[in-house]
Amino acid sequence: MTLDRTTTTLAVAAVLLLAAAPFLPQWLVFLLTLALAKGLVVLGLVVLMRTGLVSFGQGLYFGLGAYAAALVGAAAEVLDAAVMLAAAVAGSAGLAAVLGLLLARYRDIFFAMLSLAFSMILYGLLVKSSALGSTDGFNLHAKSFAGITLPAGAERRVFYAVAVVAVLGAAWAVHRYLSSHYGRLATAIRDNELRVEYLGSSVFRVVFANYVIAGALGGLGGAFAALAVGHVDPETAYWTTSGEFVFVAILGGTGNVLAPFLGAAIFEAVRTVANQYAPNVWQMTLGIVMLALILFLPAGLWSLVARLRSVAR
Amino acid sequence: MSAILVAKGVNKSFGAVTAAADVNVAVDRDAMVGLIGANGAGKTTFINMVTGYLKPSSGTIRFDGRELTALPPRRITQLGVSRSFQIPQLFNSLSARENLLVAVGIVAAAAHRWAHSDLTPARAGEASDEVLERFDLAAYRDREAGLLPEGVRKLLDVAMALVVRPRILLLDEPTSGVSADEKFAIMDLVMGAVRGVTVLFVEHDMDIVARYAQRVLAFADGRIIADGAPAAVLADAEVRRFVIGEAHA
Repeated sequence: MTLDRTTTTLAVAAVLLLAAAPFLPQWLVFLLTLALAKGLVVLGLVVLMRTGLVSFGQGLYFGLGAYAAALVGAAAEVLDAAVMLAAAVAGSAGLAAVLGLLLARYRDIFFAMLSLAFSMILYGLLVKSSALGSTDGFNLHAKSFAGITLPAGAERRVFYAVAVVAVLGAAWAVHRYLSSHYGRLATAIRDNELRVEYLGSSVFRVVFANYVIAGALGGLGGAFAALAVGHVDPETAYWTTSGEFVFVAILGGTGNVLAPFLGAAIFEAVRTVANQYAPNVWQMTLGIVMLALILFLPAGLWSLVARLRSVAR
Repeated sequence: MSAILVAKGVNKSFGAVTAAADVNVAVDRDAMVGLIGANGAGKTTFINMVTGYLKPSSGTIRFDGRELTALPPRRITQLGVSRSFQIPQLFNSLSARENLLVAVGIVAAAAHRWAHSDLTPARAGEASDEVLERFDLAAYRDREAGLLPEGVRKLLDVAMALVVRPRILLLDEPTSGVSADEKFAIMDLVMGAVRGVTVLFVEHDMDIVARYAQRVLAFADGRIIADGAPAAVLADAEVRRFVIGEAHA
């Protein structure tokens, strides 16, 4: 069996990130877990973008996943991270399966705005719900993983390792999916829905399936972010959070499953540097980066990688 | 010979405009039927109604005894009715081979719904290459479909329609937008590939109609004004006046 380049890169990245786990400083463990979590949400967005749809509401699933994980601990008093992650995926995939029945019928700006509207409904509910801590949110603290009690102080390092395996595993699964007939079909739908229907395939089913996949990935990303931060609040579902995911997706590009993670890493780096050296205008710095990217690399940073590869051949 | 396609009392109106008026036609299996008429005569409307793009205002269309009028395009395609388009409908960002891979993949992935299919996902690449060869498209294999010459795009459009193994194929102006030199070459390729398939084709070039059709339906103002052998229909006074455009036929 031969491994393709993306699979090899994912495997090497997983090994390196896991091998480094015991030695990384706590702040880096936190940052990497958060970057992996957000990269996962963007990965879902990339799946959707293959069918030509841009969701401005992935914060809905990011927030839902985070709150589902936290509620398992707070309301059900289950402090196992594996159960929290499972609840997040089940909850977000379930909601996506319901909303997808409606959203899969819409395209372009209508899809984008409806997805944004649903995320803002969740935001509104969370802000108004005093039982969920209103604008302050509430804390979560997982003490075990899959029944194994974690030593105090080592929890976040374990969550990081789990995130590496889960996120890179999900990226590999999405890579296989996009490389299959269904991935090509998604691109075909983006190009010409009419022809897909006249070849005997259901456009609705493919869009619906991709929407549910994006929702599940968003929920899982939200749960990992909640485990890393140890706290959830309504900002996770706010439109600026959704906008950040779109920003990262455009930054990285949609050409490969590694692109969202490249985009997320560059985004965090630009934000950190801009925050440090130009704290009052860091948003403007991000805006300038976005402008430059759209002008010079409209297919995202991954197109640069692809170009370098073709030159090297 | 039994009819594979039967339209009875089919009407279609768009507001005050009548696009089909009491269309009655039965098409025999393995027939090669040319549809002629001036622009707006109702030819493409007829094809659109057979393939589910438009629903008739009234009347019935049956394919092999099965009522089609309530079915969506993909179900009609799965039953064995396929079509090409006046403006080729391709996946422009994909290569010619990838276009065919999508088509082959759809059939292979849902083979259980396609009683007449022997495609499997494992054979998708091989099957796509075979189609490229059959339609003389191998030279364009890896070229982006959106950048192909019009004649090649037309052929690829027809090739994709044939991948789904139809029993009846409707071609909407397969040679429009193609140079006069290429028209017969394209039609020869298409007709060579559709053996055993019932074909209805819309065409404005009467030389093409005379050479390839066994039967001609002439449309004017949504009605069929003549139906018969090409020589007889093309000599019909009404056809010469309304379709061919001779002022005093």
